Amino acid sequence: MQLIRPDINIDFIGKRKIALTISALMILVSLGMLAVKGLNFGIDFTGGTLVEVKFDKAPSIADVRSSISPKGYGNAIIQEFGSPEEILIRVQNREGEKSSTISTAILDGLSEKFTADAVEMRRVEYVGPQVGDELTQAGIMAVLISMLAILVYVTFRFEFRFALGADAALLHDITIVLGLFAITGKEFSLPVIAALLTVIGYSLNDTIVVFDRIRENFAANRKRKTPADEISVVNGSINQTLGRTLMTSFTTLLVVFALFFLGGEVIHDFAFALIAGILVGTYSSIYVASPVMMSLAGRFKSDEDEIKAMEARP
Amino acid sequence: MHSFPRWKIWMILAVLAVSIMASLPNVTSVPSWWPASLSHPMSLGLDLKGGIHLVLDVDVDKAVSHSVEEDIDTARQTLRKAKIRYRKLAVDGNHLIITIKKPGDISAAESLLNETFNNYTLSPAVDNTFTLVLKESVADETRKFAVDQAIEVIRGRIDALGTTEPVIVKQGKQRILVQIPGYEDTAHAKQLIGRTAQLEFKLVDEKGDLDKALSGSLPAGDIIMYGPEQTRSGKSYRQPYLLKKRTQLSGTEIADARVSIDSRYNEYAVTLKFNSKGARKFDKLTAAHVGERFAIILEGTVNSAPVIRERIAGGSAQITGGFSPAEAHDLAIVLRAGALPAPVKVVEERSIGPSLGQDSIDQGMNSIIVGCILVLIFMAVYYRMFGMVANVALIFNMLLILAAMSIIGGTLTLPGIAGIVLTIGMAVDANVLIFERIREELHLGKTPLAAIDGGYDKAFSTIVDANITTLIAAIVLFQFGSGPVKGFAVTLSVGILASMFTAITVTRAIIATSTAKRGRIEKLSI
Repeated sequence: MQLIRPDINIDFIGKRKIALTISALMILVSLGMLAVKGLNFGIDFTGGTLVEVKFDKAPSIADVRSSISPKGYGNAIIQEFGSPEEILIRVQNREGEKSSTISTAILDGLSEKFTADAVEMRRVEYVGPQVGDELTQAGIMAVLISMLAILVYVTFRFEFRFALGADAALLHDITIVLGLFAITGKEFSLPVIAALLTVIGYSLNDTIVVFDRIRENFAANRKRKTPADEISVVNGSINQTLGRTLMTSFTTLLVVFALFFLGGEVIHDFAFALIAGILVGTYSSIYVASPVMMSLAGRFKSDEDEIKAMEARP
Repeated sequence: MHSFPRWKIWMILAVLAVSIMASLPNVTSVPSWWPASLSHPMSLGLDLKGGIHLVLDVDVDKAVSHSVEEDIDTARQTLRKAKIRYRKLAVDGNHLIITIKKPGDISAAESLLNETFNNYTLSPAVDNTFTLVLKESVADETRKFAVDQAIEVIRGRIDALGTTEPVIVKQGKQRILVQIPGYEDTAHAKQLIGRTAQLEFKLVDEKGDLDKALSGSLPAGDIIMYGPEQTRSGKSYRQPYLLKKRTQLSGTEIADARVSIDSRYNEYAVTLKFNSKGARKFDKLTAAHVGERFAIILEGTVNSAPVIRERIAGGSAQITGGFSPAEAHDLAIVLRAGALPAPVKVVEERSIGPSLGQDSIDQGMNSIIVGCILVLIFMAVYYRMFGMVANVALIFNMLLILAAMSIIGGTLTLPGIAGIVLTIGMAVDANVLIFERIREELHLGKTPLAAIDGGYDKAFSTIVDANITTLIAAIVLFQFGSGPVKGFAVTLSVGILASMFTAITVTRAIIATSTAKRGRIEKLSI
C-alpha cells in the first residue's frame, strides 16, 4: 500500500505566502489569546493545594462545597475530574497557612459530611509559593536551553540558516500550542512543559528529515545557479520526504490518541499538548521551516544584484 | 547486503537473551542462580505505587541564630570568670554585641574574646562595645550540618512508621526530599516529620514574682513561658510560668523514650531514659533543688512543672499530659529520634492514594497495548512483509526498554509510561524512513537488493540526526524536570536509543538473512 505517490510534486514553496499568512494568523490569535485570556496555570506554577477525592456515589458540587465551607475553604475551585464520582478541589495558598493543615482540613470536612468510608483520598498536591516560582523559572529555562542546544547542533551539522529555519518552526509550534491552551483553558501544568519539550524534539525531528534531504540534493546538484534552481531542489526534497513525514506523524498520532482516550484523566492534558504539537509540528516542517530557511538566505529576492552576488560565490 | 556480518547476528541474539533475562523479574520471580544484575524488577514511582512525597525546607538560618544564642551563654560565663563586668550582651542575627562596663577592661576583654571566639570576626571596640560577626564559612558549616542532622532525625522518625524503602535525601542546599511509598496517612506523616521535638528542662524561679514579671519587670536571667492552651469557663487560657532562662537538660541527653502508663492517674505517659551524662546532670539537679519545681518544656510549651520531691538517681523521667495512646506513641517516636536542629516546612507535597496509582498503571498499560496494536496493524498493512519485520523490531524495542529500565534501576512513573507510548510511535519512524527510501530507490529502477542497501545507507544519517535532536530535548528535560517528569525523560531517552538499535540493526539482520537464503529476488513485499 502506498498512499503518497512516488512522483508527487506539490509546489509547497510556491504556496509559501498562503501558508505563511495562515501561520501568521494562527500566531497572532495565539499571542492575542495569551495576552488577553492568559494560560490557566496549575498549582505547579501558582502554588496552592489540590485534593482529588473519589466518592462511592456521585456527590453534588454544592454538597462538597458546603462540607468544606466550615473549614474556611468555601471559595475553593471544585470540579468533576474524569467521572462524576471523582472530584478535584483546588485552594490557593494563603499567607501564613501551613500546607499540612489545608489538605487535612479539607479531607476532615469531607469525611464529616459524607462519612469516612464514602470518601477516598486519591491525590494531594501542595506547592509552596517559592517552589512555584522555581518551577516556573526551571520550565522557561528548559524550553530556552533546549532551543539553544538544538540551534547549536543544527548549525554544526548543517548551516546556520538551517538552524534558524528549524528554530523558527519550533517557535511557531510552541506559540500555537500555548495559544491552544489559552483558548481551551486547559490546565497548564508541569507535565505539559514536558509535552512541549517533546513537541520541540518531535517537530525538529520532522524538520531535520526534510533538511537532510535538501542537503543531500544540494550536494548532488552542484550546478544550481539561480534561486529558482534552489527553490525547485527544496520543493523536490519536501515532496520526496512527504510520504515519511505523513506516515510517521500518523503512527505517532495513533499512539498519542490511545494515550489521550485511554491514559486517564491525570495524563489527559499532557496527551492533548502532544496531539496539538504533532499536528502543528508536521505542518510547520513542511510549510514553515524551509521557506524561512530560504528567505533568510535571501533566495526569494529576484533582483539582479542578489543573483550576481550568488554567482560570484565559489 | 549478502554478507551481513556473522558477529552482528550473534550480538543481536545476545542482546535479545539478556533483555529477556533482565525483563523476567518484572513478570515473575527468578531462581536464585539468576545473575544478580539482571534480577531487579523496575521500580514503580510514587505516582503509580501510591504514597507520600514531600519536599521539606530546613530553616537553616534558625540553626545559625540558635548557635549564636548558645554562644552568648559562653560569653557570659567567660567574662564572669575573668571578672570583667559587662553592661549588655545581645544577639542580632549572626552578630554578638557585648558592651563592657569599664573602659579599663577593654584590652583584656578584647584578647579574651579573641581567644574564646575564633569562629567570629572581632572588630575593635566602639563606645566600649564589641561586635562579633560569625564567620560566613562557619555559618555555612552550621547550615550544612543542620540539614544533614535533620535528615538523620527524620529518617529515625520515619523508620518508626515501619514502612518499606522510604527515601530521605538532600535536595539542593537546604531541602530534603522525603518519599514514603505505600503510606496513606499524609496528615500523620507530616505531623510526625514537622515536629521540632525540642525538649528542655528548666528550673522554675520560685523566688521570682510572676505577677510582677508579667507586668514587665522580669528578673535578670529569667524567662516567661506558657503551658498548653486550656479552656476555663469558656475562655481559652494558657498558664504562665516564670522560669530560669538556663536550660538544665535537653533532648540531646535522652537515650530512649517509651510509652508507659502513669500509675497515679492511670493515663498514658512517655518515660524518658537519660544517657549517662544526662543521668548525672539530672541526679545533680534533683539533689540540689529538692522542694523546687522543674519545668518540662516541649516545643516551646511548658508541658508540666512537677515538684522535685527527692533526689532522682536512676536517670529517668516521665512526661504526662492527658495523652491519647496515639499521641503518646508519636511523642515517644520523636523524642527517641531526637530534635530537629532547625524548624522544617513542607514546601511541596505530592501524595497519591493507592487506588489512583493502580488506575494509572491500568490505564497506562491499556494505552501501551492499544497504541502498540494499532501501530503493528498499520505497519503490516502499509509495508507488508517489511512492515512485519518492523513489527518484530518494535516488540524487541519494548522488551529492550523494559530490560534497560530494570538494569539501570530506573523508576517507572506515569509520564514515563507516556514516554514509552510515544516511543512506540517514534520507534517505527526509523523504519518508515528506511522503507520509504527503499521504495524511492525501487522507483528509480534499482534492483531489489540494491534498493535495500541504498535505503538503509541513505536513511542512516537522517535517522541519527533526527534522533539526536529528540535526545537533546529529553536530556534538557531530565536536567530541569522534577520527579515524574524526569521519569518521562528517562524512558524517552532509553526508548530512542533502543529504537536506533532495533529499527536499524535488527531489521537489517532479519532482512539480510531472509534474502540471503532466497538468492535472486524479483520483487519486494514492501
